[in-house]
Amino acid sequence: MTDDAERVPRAVAAIWRIEAARIVATLTRVVGDFGLAEDLAQEAVIDALAQWPVEGVPRNPGAWLTAVAKRKAIDHWRRRERLDDRYRAIAHDLESRSDTDAPWDPDQIDDDVLRLVFISCHPVLGREARIALTLRVVGGLSTEEIARAFLVPTATIQQRVVRAKKTLAAAKVPFEVPSRDELGARLGSVLGVLYVIFTEGHTASSGETWVRVDLAQEALRLARVLAELLPDESEVLSLVALFEFQSSRFPTRVDAHGEPIPLADQDRTRWDRAQITRGVRALERADARGRGRGAYGLQAAIAECHATAATFADTDWERIVLLYEALGQLAPSPVVELNRAVAVSMATGPASALLIVDRVAAQLQGHHIVPSVRGELLAQLGRRDEARSEFEEAARLTANDRERAVLLAKAATLG
Amino acid sequence: MKFMLLMKSTPEAVEESKDLDFEEIIAAMGRYNESLIAAGVILSGEGLADISEAVRVDFGSEVPVVTDGPFTEVKEIFNGFWILEVSSKDEAVEWAKRCPLGPGSWLEVRRVPGIEEFPQDNEFIQREVEWRAEHGQL
Repeated sequence: MTDDAERVPRAVAAIWRIEAARIVATLTRVVGDFGLAEDLAQEAVIDALAQWPVEGVPRNPGAWLTAVAKRKAIDHWRRRERLDDRYRAIAHDLESRSDTDAPWDPDQIDDDVLRLVFISCHPVLGREARIALTLRVVGGLSTEEIARAFLVPTATIQQRVVRAKKTLAAAKVPFEVPSRDELGARLGSVLGVLYVIFTEGHTASSGETWVRVDLAQEALRLARVLAELLPDESEVLSLVALFEFQSSRFPTRVDAHGEPIPLADQDRTRWDRAQITRGVRALERADARGRGRGAYGLQAAIAECHATAATFADTDWERIVLLYEALGQLAPSPVVELNRAVAVSMATGPASALLIVDRVAAQLQGHHIVPSVRGELLAQLGRRDEARSEFEEAARLTANDRERAVLLAKAATLG
Repeated sequence: MKFMLLMKSTPEAVEESKDLDFEEIIAAMGRYNESLIAAGVILSGEGLADISEAVRVDFGSEVPVVTDGPFTEVKEIFNGFWILEVSSKDEAVEWAKRCPLGPGSWLEVRRVPGIEEFPQDNEFIQREVEWRAEHGQL
């Protein structure tokens, strides 16, 4: 039993991670209030932490937690003396079957989880609230884990979650999957949230790096979950593909001292081939839906070009240029243009690339990326003095110490 | 983190399982696999053919001794595996506990170390890394 004192909390955490989405989704359908459902589920977890070390972990822990939370819902309404039909419905539901063998209808649950994803990523919430809520409610991460991953105090995440729940309640957001005609737009919000979560893990350059790689891993898992729930949405599969390609490079993106390694210098033999293969398959499945590629599909295709090139020199830059052109049409942004310029410089040389950079420079004023790219292109053109001052300008603008050192080193070689 | 769940049974349990409804076993295992897929945690998995088809190569003497199955005095039979990608060992154990296996069977949960955990300056490790790169292996 002393052993259990340590083991049970870890088991509870693992069970919660696996079951959180289904439990909260089921409860939300039953009690009709997402915020309440989440609170009740958390209270049930507290009960589990107290009871399971003594009584043992139940055979079906997910059903146990759901049943306990439902009973807490009744207590909640009883305290408020709201003995309405809903109360009677749950009471009947609880009486008619035993706690641990509650039959879960997988179809119903899948549908509920999908609704939960759409609630957590509802546009009525700010971006940060959507992220916190998705990780906590759908991903089953604890407030502490989310706070650690985003390098903010636990109380901040706590507040975001509480505020988000109140906002959803105030807006009377329904617990439903958006109708077919608005699904596209709303799905965009969901995918955007997963993308931001992944990027936060992907661009980790400081702090507890391992936690942030976990974050990217969690985004990939959630994207896979979503792809199972919405198998016909090619952009979901594309996002899975993009994440698979990007994370295949994780082990090679920084050196032993934590310095970022550029794509050209990464050890490609250490890229995770199994992951690349999964990415290729996911993109094939997305294409098989026959509706053409969206923004994530195009980004995934670009990532695929890099992932499948045997060496940096073997990269199909012409194809990447075309993909960036398509992406620029679909989702115009100066950053996409800048990336296109880099691809153009690789495919056809620095001169034409420089024209593209100059065209978008004004839109990205004050951002170190413009002088940084200009510096590279000018250096290739042999305009050393201009290149050096661009690198120095970029070094002045960047907030990242490591990046500044790299830029100054480049400037120095042109001296 | 990658973990392998190794499915093992006693010979008696395997014998008894031959009386069970095959369709039911397939359905139960299928539902388990679907839950792993739905949770986004499964990377791969395989079942193994009956041990009577197996061959054993023993290294007890100078020359390896080859024996055809079925084997007597076998205490455990390895029947298949899953590879999961999860956030912790506890999560892997939790998934293992959900597997629809009966008495006489057990799952062993083993972490799968990445190739980066092996000495990178070793020439054989380097060659293995290259082979993996060429063949798209884990």
